[in-house]
Amino acid sequence: MTAFILRRSLQSIVVLFIMSLIVFVGVNLVGDPVDMLINPEADQAEIDRVIRDLGLDRPVSEQYWYFVLNAFQGDLGRSFIFGEPALKLIVQRMPATMELALVSLLMAVVFGIPLGIYAGLKPNSKFSKTIMAGSILGFSMPTFWVGIILIMFFSVHLGWLPSTGRGDVATYFGVTSSAFTLDGLSHIFLPAFNLALFKLSSVIRLARAGTREVILQDYIKFARAKGLAESRVVRIHLLKNIMIPVITIIGLEFGSLIAFSTVTETVFAWPGMGKLIIDSIYNLDRPVVVAYLMIIVVIFVMLNLIVDILYSVLDPRVRIKGVS
Amino acid sequence: MSASANKQSYDLPAAGLRKFWLDFSESPTAVIALFVFLIILFIAIFAPWVSPSNPYDLTSVDIMNSRLPPGSEDFSGNYYLLGTDGAGRDMLSAIFYGLRVSLGVGALSGLVALILGASVGLSAAYFGGRFETIMMRIVDIQLSFPSILMALIILAAFGKGVEKTIIALILVQWAYYARAARASALVEKNKEYVEAAKCLALGDKRIILSHIAPNCMAPLIVVGTLQTAHAISLEATLSFLGLGLPITEPSLGLLIGNGFEYMYSGDFWISIFPGIALLITIVSINLVGDQLRDMFNPRLQK
Repeated sequence: MTAFILRRSLQSIVVLFIMSLIVFVGVNLVGDPVDMLINPEADQAEIDRVIRDLGLDRPVSEQYWYFVLNAFQGDLGRSFIFGEPALKLIVQRMPATMELALVSLLMAVVFGIPLGIYAGLKPNSKFSKTIMAGSILGFSMPTFWVGIILIMFFSVHLGWLPSTGRGDVATYFGVTSSAFTLDGLSHIFLPAFNLALFKLSSVIRLARAGTREVILQDYIKFARAKGLAESRVVRIHLLKNIMIPVITIIGLEFGSLIAFSTVTETVFAWPGMGKLIIDSIYNLDRPVVVAYLMIIVVIFVMLNLIVDILYSVLDPRVRIKGVS
Repeated sequence: MSASANKQSYDLPAAGLRKFWLDFSESPTAVIALFVFLIILFIAIFAPWVSPSNPYDLTSVDIMNSRLPPGSEDFSGNYYLLGTDGAGRDMLSAIFYGLRVSLGVGALSGLVALILGASVGLSAAYFGGRFETIMMRIVDIQLSFPSILMALIILAAFGKGVEKTIIALILVQWAYYARAARASALVEKNKEYVEAAKCLALGDKRIILSHIAPNCMAPLIVVGTLQTAHAISLEATLSFLGLGLPITEPSLGLLIGNGFEYMYSGDFWISIFPGIALLITIVSINLVGDQLRDMFNPRLQK
């Protein structure tokens, strides 16, 4: 067990190292930030001074070495545009992204599981067929376009919900979130729904597949034979058993919600870290791009590591296969 | 040696094709989807001939005609079925040209990714050993990151542009093909015809290319269809974000992005119609892919 965790952690470190190298060297090949950041009327002495200040005159390998050294001290460079530490900029925007991802996850589960169970219990009804057709559409529709449609319909045409920004936020127990105010809730609804749509489709499919499998099991037949009400059979016996695969997938996919929030945040001008990265790529703000990619890679490597370790605890076969 | 040792009976030209079609047409939805896709493909290939006007010919585009609603006419009597965009281009023609770019980029990146991925997957399965372990580790690691993130890393590194977008799409997709190719090659390589080929002392390259590869095509075609739809969608997303194709190669994603700024003033058609074209394309490819998957799925075979 310990050997497995050690080897798996070591591998995560190797992945982190390779990704940091790719990201850093890659991003350093993009355009020349000197052209962008320096006043075109500046004289040569001024230009040289700025290049020296930003460390752009050193070889890339040396820049990377300092990048790694500083990264271990929590310093991922300073934004060229904002003049603030890149890490600070991202951490400031992280709660907005996390909140958006969590609310969408909640939406996907709250709507997806009942719809999926219904489609599984009555596979031939009209409504079930509509649900399944909708889930195929949900898989196929590009997120950004759905976002545009949502804004067009609910914000421009009907004027019901705001389409940009985060709205009022409130702080309770040290957590600042839009979800605590009515205005904030009205702001988060559309982007969260937009982000949830893709996950909603997969939760519906999983719940439906699970229901169709579980419903044939003996314990369901027995529960019915005992004369339990159908609602109790569904709530207790069925729901508990289909939740296992659903929760596994949800855990794994949380990271991809954060990655895909870049698109939703851009469409809805949501002030999270996803919008920050897109803006920074435009502006060639290399430290912020590198810092964002590094943070998200760390998040992913960690999520994968945790899931793998949990699996190996739950299922010894994973461990044994890993050894060979 | 032909693939006649293969149990899948889709390889004899005439009879195979008929059987293939019979299986395929079991699902009316898939047939309609295929038909729709063929129309889209036709439009994409012959865009310059079927479009009402050339939207990128500066002499025929007049800024005075900008943002005309669908179904309007300009002063010289030109009819705009789907309206015009901010620069006065006919939307219908812009969509036709956009389909060409979107499908072209999707198909090209899919094809290269297929070749690259299949070579890695097939040789990994065939040679095994350390090569297989390392390659499949890379595949696993890459597939644990969502495609949009991989594409962002690559485009943040290389910058935008046609070749760069295609490279990004290839690098995002190859791992799916590698995994599918290895999985089916692992089954094929232990079959008798491979043993026979080895007894004939044929070279590794020949055994992989002309014996194992043709028998692994079925799952690769399925992955290929679904991946192409995915690539088209991803390219649209990247172009919409302004990170994919440049303004000189207006794909559907770019058209939607251009319309986004006019949306708040109620000019819905500039964004909506290219989006519908994109959606129809993706859905039709997905439906065809779903049917192919069911056909090649041994568990569903009668």
